[in-house]
Amino acid sequence: MNWLLRSLQSSLGKKFLVAVTGLALLGFVVTHMLGNLQIFLGRDALNAYAAQLKALGGLLWVARAGLLAFFVVHVATAIRISLENRAARPVRYAVDPGIQRTVSARGMLVTGLTVFAFVLYHLAHFTWGWVMTDAHMLTETLADGTTRHDVFSMVVAGFQQPLIALLYVAAMVLLGLHIRHGSWSFVQTLGLNHHKFAPAIRAAAAGLAWLIVLGNISMPLAVLFGAIGLPDGVTV
Amino acid sequence: MNLTLKVWRQDGPNDAGRLETYDAPDVSPDMSFLEMLDVVNERLINEGRTPIEFDHDCREGICGMCSLVINGVPHGPQRATTTCQLHMRSFKDGDTIAIEPWRAKAFPVVKDLVVDRSSFDRIIQAGGYASVNTGGAPDANAMLIGKEDADTAFDAAACIGCGACVAACPNASAMLFVAAKVAHYAHLPQGQPERDRRTVKMVNSMDAEGFGNCRNYYECEAACPKEIPVKFIGNMNRDFIKAVAAGNEG
Repeated sequence: MNWLLRSLQSSLGKKFLVAVTGLALLGFVVTHMLGNLQIFLGRDALNAYAAQLKALGGLLWVARAGLLAFFVVHVATAIRISLENRAARPVRYAVDPGIQRTVSARGMLVTGLTVFAFVLYHLAHFTWGWVMTDAHMLTETLADGTTRHDVFSMVVAGFQQPLIALLYVAAMVLLGLHIRHGSWSFVQTLGLNHHKFAPAIRAAAAGLAWLIVLGNISMPLAVLFGAIGLPDGVTV
Repeated sequence: MNLTLKVWRQDGPNDAGRLETYDAPDVSPDMSFLEMLDVVNERLINEGRTPIEFDHDCREGICGMCSLVINGVPHGPQRATTTCQLHMRSFKDGDTIAIEPWRAKAFPVVKDLVVDRSSFDRIIQAGGYASVNTGGAPDANAMLIGKEDADTAFDAAACIGCGACVAACPNASAMLFVAAKVAHYAHLPQGQPERDRRTVKMVNSMDAEGFGNCRNYYECEAACPKEIPVKFIGNMNRDFIKAVAAGNEG
């Protein structure tokens, strides 16, 4: 197995790791967004979806552990690659206009690290409940008397704070830029490229990035502009 | 034309180096870029100053010796053109032109605009060849090669190893150069026996020389005077994955 580990530490191997883990994280981003968009179906739909996820029990922890592993490998390898890239050009050009590099390609480290910081905030906000503790404690009592976590009201209460909503919107734009480059780049890095499909793949990646940005920012914006409000009787 | 040049001057590998400004008066638009520098150097020599050192050889765009990052673009503003084939009509009277060397840890500056590109030679030594037993020459055309493969191999073989790809890459990555050399052999029957180990060895050698990693900026493709396409980089990624999966260590 030594040859495999050594190969994964080569320049191509590290890119392979970033591409594969990035693809897995992209899959998570898409499913996470599709699940959360149920906020537009109302309180019952979103809270039932959240309760279903929680009911997965051990399976949920397996998924979380896998996601964490992908995330750590993706971020750590990308940082290592970026440090090596810096070292590969010790003296910078005095004039460096670029020929055809894109903003999204150039900004991968910055957008990636910012999204990383945002993910920590996002977890602190909605998962660990450190940001708005009261909203995180909300529960919904069902007709049969049982209670469940009121995710809907927690999210709405969060996005009713303009600064928080704008933070989410800004983070999603950066995530979109990151995905715009990453979601076609993996095709080249994994050697799945074909020059006849390349323009279509780049267009599809840009389209996917736009869909992810628009889908995700629609939630904080809908709350901020009052299209979605707290359920009757819930106050934070 | 009257031009102002901002030229990188560096006395040796250990000198910090700096941009110095020179006037280039009465430049003919029909001069090549290197002829313009020759004229500037003549004047510097007449004035008893040290001429600007730069690399050149064939001056017809095929040897890969000339370099120069002109206004931030390797080989200057004209696509698919080496510095020696670039003419001053690509510039306007009164222009200020910045001239810098290829900048990469793996291409250390020797003096002024001259860099040491022997790291490329060592990558070739690592695997950029096809071993052939000597003996009676085989019949010509006895080994059939499809036209598509022959054309693709030739597209890759057009690489002159100038290093513009490294100079253009924000990460100083040599992926396009190595990919072109790998693809050149990968499309020919003579290259097949050593295909896997060649790919791994050349990639390992590229890493050992201290080139950066590819981030798919595709600046290399835009700067390449021979228009080597980036599809070869994807093809090399594929070959590398296949070679490693088959247990090759290089």
